[in-house]
Amino acid sequence: MGTNQVSKSKEGSLLTRMTRNQMFIPLVALAALLLFNLILDPSSFAVTMDENSAGNPVLSGFLVNILDNGSELAILAIGMTLVTAASGGQDISVGAAIAISGSVLLRVLCGSNTRPETLQAPIIVAFLVAFVVAMLFGAFNGVLVAVFRIQPMVATLILYTAGRSIASWVNNNELPIIGEPSFGYFGGFIPGIPIPTPIFIAILCLVAIWLVLKFTNLRLYTQSVGINENSARLNGLNPTFIKILSFVILGACVGVAALIKVSRLATINYGVIAKDIEMDAILAVALGGNALSGGKFNMAASVVGAYVIQCLTTTLYKFNVPSAALPAYKAVVVILLVVLSSPVVRTKLSALTSQAKRKEAA
Amino acid sequence: MRRKFVGFLLCAAMTATLLAGCGGGSDTKKETDAPAAATEGTKAAADSKAAEDTKAAEGNTQAPAASGELIKIGIINNDTSESGYRVANDRDLQRKFTEENGYDATFAYGKTNDEQVAAANKMIQDGVDYLAIAAANTSGWDKVLQDAKDAGIRVILYDRVIDADEEFYAASIVSDMAKEGETAANWLKDQNLESYNIIHLQGQMGSSAQVGRSEALVNMAQAEGWNIVTQQCADWNAETAQQIVQSVIDAGTDFNVIYAENDNMADGAVKALDKAGIKHGVGEKVVIMGFDCNTFALENVMNGTWNYDGQCNPYQADMIDEVIKNLENGQEPAQKTIIMEEVGFDQSNVTQEVIDQFGI
Repeated sequence: MGTNQVSKSKEGSLLTRMTRNQMFIPLVALAALLLFNLILDPSSFAVTMDENSAGNPVLSGFLVNILDNGSELAILAIGMTLVTAASGGQDISVGAAIAISGSVLLRVLCGSNTRPETLQAPIIVAFLVAFVVAMLFGAFNGVLVAVFRIQPMVATLILYTAGRSIASWVNNNELPIIGEPSFGYFGGFIPGIPIPTPIFIAILCLVAIWLVLKFTNLRLYTQSVGINENSARLNGLNPTFIKILSFVILGACVGVAALIKVSRLATINYGVIAKDIEMDAILAVALGGNALSGGKFNMAASVVGAYVIQCLTTTLYKFNVPSAALPAYKAVVVILLVVLSSPVVRTKLSALTSQAKRKEAA
Repeated sequence: MRRKFVGFLLCAAMTATLLAGCGGGSDTKKETDAPAAATEGTKAAADSKAAEDTKAAEGNTQAPAASGELIKIGIINNDTSESGYRVANDRDLQRKFTEENGYDATFAYGKTNDEQVAAANKMIQDGVDYLAIAAANTSGWDKVLQDAKDAGIRVILYDRVIDADEEFYAASIVSDMAKEGETAANWLKDQNLESYNIIHLQGQMGSSAQVGRSEALVNMAQAEGWNIVTQQCADWNAETAQQIVQSVIDAGTDFNVIYAENDNMADGAVKALDKAGIKHGVGEKVVIMGFDCNTFALENVMNGTWNYDGQCNPYQADMIDEVIKNLENGQEPAQKTIIMEEVGFDQSNVTQEVIDQFGI
């Protein structure tokens, strides 16, 4: 699925083909991080079966942790990849949109009472309302970008600035807390199933997008619009619609991520929920070697990129990096990865390897 | 691609400055700054109300001359989406500074200094008698304070301090974060645990709450030889706290105290413990400590799943009122800095009344 595969690659060696593949850098990064963990602490990969305080069996361990906590980011990476590909820009309002969607979800569940004894609405209804709200905000961003032709980053700056205040306004600045245990299933465990539920939700989303990309023309249309809007229109596509669609899909991803986020803690903190997650999502797309200026994309690479970021975060927590220095460590690794996976460096790299091969042959 | 990306950044930066610039131009119409959709309504309403009041006063019809003129006060606060603490703080101020209590109050909210300074300038132009400020940031207030002084407006700082000479304000009503931390650290010392292996979850680095609460624990740990297993910044965020504690558990490190610098982070930490089936609370393995006295936190202390919750008192309105009343009678406050009374709660002193009174 690598975007840079040209007919020439057939004659290249296995190594050349590997380095040219877009999945190469994120996978190597992931492997390197895991190897680093393995060397410093061989017990890293132990997955143990514990019992949580409710008496249910749960799996725990470093790897489970990464998969669990990386779920939201992986889901958001799906939408962000499409938005990037279609519009050639990024949505920076994702975190704020999660706050709004999560707040709406809790509002529907709680009604006017912030500490309800019983839920005021079935969880599925609340989720659907929040889901639709998230998609509407996505559509709002999409319309600004596609119809009014505002730069995506600027268009989404509006919601980025106002979103968290809107979220707190939805619940009248109150702090709803859900006591009902079944609400915690989405961000925790379903009794009897030891695997964290967010992992299932993430898999579900990934399978859904895989099916969509396989059986519809979404990939082709999105890429066409991203590469050249005019020629896409001349070929009968509607670029406005495709762009709005990509933002609505991102909105859907936001809705799902919001459910996991608020379910994890059974409450919400408007100021900090999903803080800076938009940056991580954009980073995931970049780590996946996708051009941030739009066009061709590799969904799988973005998703792996998301797990690389989570792996990095968890590793830094694990090795107890001093809090003041943590962002610096993260930045160094990120710069390294982004530079390595940028299309420019990748082309140079593959040229180098094929040159070396040719010299060897000669 | 690179050029385009730089373009985006430039664009974003320019828009941001544009927005900030708009906020700065205080001499334009009413809605100069749009800090947030949520607060806008309140502010506009307050503005129009203020305008009506002025008109009424000018027409000198039924101005409450008998009961004395209303005291005009401008109150600048932080955005309420910040935290439950801020919501309680705002509600308290809204409750106190009403017409019934003899005030004509204008409220303004800002997430940043820029927004707050713009609002302050407008209030000074409107000719308020008093200005109450909870600054988003400690520096950058020199001009506002000077202008206020020139206009004869008395400034009262509440909740947050400002880097300024004492002559510029009448009083500063604040929480002593260092004392909050010391109270908590002393409480922990009094528990006489066999060993102290502490997970220290810090708030946003550099904020006064983080600095005060961290310092107290670190000093006490040094003096008493306590072991701080991990010291990480969770940015007041429950979720980050949960991930940090989860990582410590996964690493197999032993610990028996969680010192979280706010309730949300303590809550996140407890979620991680519950997930791993580690017992916590009164008489259990892990001691849980939080700050801010959210209602849910005090309830947890009462039912014994948490051990300690330190108060951070958001109710400064009565104090501000007292200072103003005294100033009206020509009486300066005895001390410029007034420290809010704050206590720590554990199971021994938490009751339902305490929760109703202090829970935020």
